[in-house]
Amino acid sequence: MVAIIKYNAGNVQSVQYALQRIGVDSIVTDDKATIESADKVIFPGVGHANAAMQYLRERQLDQLIISLQQPVLGICLGLQLMCKYSEEGNTDCLGIFDEKVKLFSTPSTTVHKIPHIGWNNIYDYHSKLFTGVNDNEFVYTVHSYYAALGAATIATTDYIIPYSAALEKDNFYAVQFHPEKSGKVGEQILKNFINIS
Amino acid sequence: MSQEIINELNDPSFQNSLNGTGRGLAKRIIPCLDIKDGRTVKGINFESIRDAGDPVELAILYSDNGADELVFLDITATIEKRKTLVELVKRIAANINIPFTVGGGISSVEDVSLLLQNGADKVSVNTAAFKNPSLLKQLSSEFGSQCVVLAIDTKKESDGEWYVYLNGGRTKTEIKTIQWAKEAVALGAGEILLTSMNNDGTKNGFALDITSELSSSLPVPVIASGGAGSMEHFKEVFNTGKADAALAASIFHYKEIEIQALKKYLSVNNISVRL
Repeated sequence: MVAIIKYNAGNVQSVQYALQRIGVDSIVTDDKATIESADKVIFPGVGHANAAMQYLRERQLDQLIISLQQPVLGICLGLQLMCKYSEEGNTDCLGIFDEKVKLFSTPSTTVHKIPHIGWNNIYDYHSKLFTGVNDNEFVYTVHSYYAALGAATIATTDYIIPYSAALEKDNFYAVQFHPEKSGKVGEQILKNFINIS
Repeated sequence: MSQEIINELNDPSFQNSLNGTGRGLAKRIIPCLDIKDGRTVKGINFESIRDAGDPVELAILYSDNGADELVFLDITATIEKRKTLVELVKRIAANINIPFTVGGGISSVEDVSLLLQNGADKVSVNTAAFKNPSLLKQLSSEFGSQCVVLAIDTKKESDGEWYVYLNGGRTKTEIKTIQWAKEAVALGAGEILLTSMNNDGTKNGFALDITSELSSSLPVPVIASGGAGSMEHFKEVFNTGKADAALAASIFHYKEIEIQALKKYLSVNNISVRL
């Protein structure tokens, strides 16, 4: 069973539907025992870093997440919260990854728009999360903040600057894009996560 | 990742080399489906699907053919029947693996909350936001501007200026489109869906001037709509119109243009698309 962590961030339902489409049962829950005993845990989210961290701390879900031993996949805001710090609301996050989360800054000479929204290519994979995924496949992404490149970077995206499309450390995995909305490529990445033993 | 590679990627000369490689953020192709009472309005005969009146079957077909996103525009008149829209949104979310926007008659935070909870990725608002601009602020602070699309129906008048029209194009306003778009973005609209009434249905191409004006002066993506008749029109709207995405209904619906072929054409013409 896959546990999808329920908290004050949106987009949880879409993740459950995506798992359903690849034949995987899941439960959306904030019950600690259920999360701890799940085979896999998904930490999704669309929302504000500060509000989300506050919510997690109030319920001691922050301590629970960092103590998990099974494979954990953070998605979008989930990835950012698993980093050390986010510029969004000047927030201290879970610190699973040492990478810092910064706001995109647009050089005046370019036409880049923020949020970074739409399909962008990813490349330079260093993880079994991307088994069977071609270099430069496009994935769907919606965000204004990004995790800088660092030791845990396992895939890269270029938008304004190159940043971490995905991170991995020990049993913790995270993607900035939305695999649940990224067509067949996203399905492959979710399957790869489910197949991690 | 090693520090050496990180330094190399962060080097400005590397970043400059990325321009023009046909990668980066892709231009989006978005089919639009008109929905009435839970069914697609224009029932077309697609051999590959059983029921072309079923929005879900059509959505899956478009998604399999390479659509980057879908827009469902509900034109159901009565509030009673709008309940079928929520059921439909649930089915769409369960069945397709690309993002989708729902629009048509949305006027409150409650409407939006219900649609997002049931799996819509974004909502589009039009007349209600113009009449009550604080709706944009409420929606963006409640749900984030990434899910708030402002739809504008616009028409170029004899004075050469583009004006905002309401109620599906039936009501003229005295407000210029650029002015409303800027105000809306400041209030929290995360994307603009711009439909030119002069071009809609003509198949003579998109309104390049107003699309380019909006796209160049707004910090959010602009989706161009109205007038698509050929693959070249899409090339023009991305190159000259500087659109971030292009939306069309009938040419995809009547299979005058296949999405996959369109994207290959754009790719050959050095426009970054997801193939």
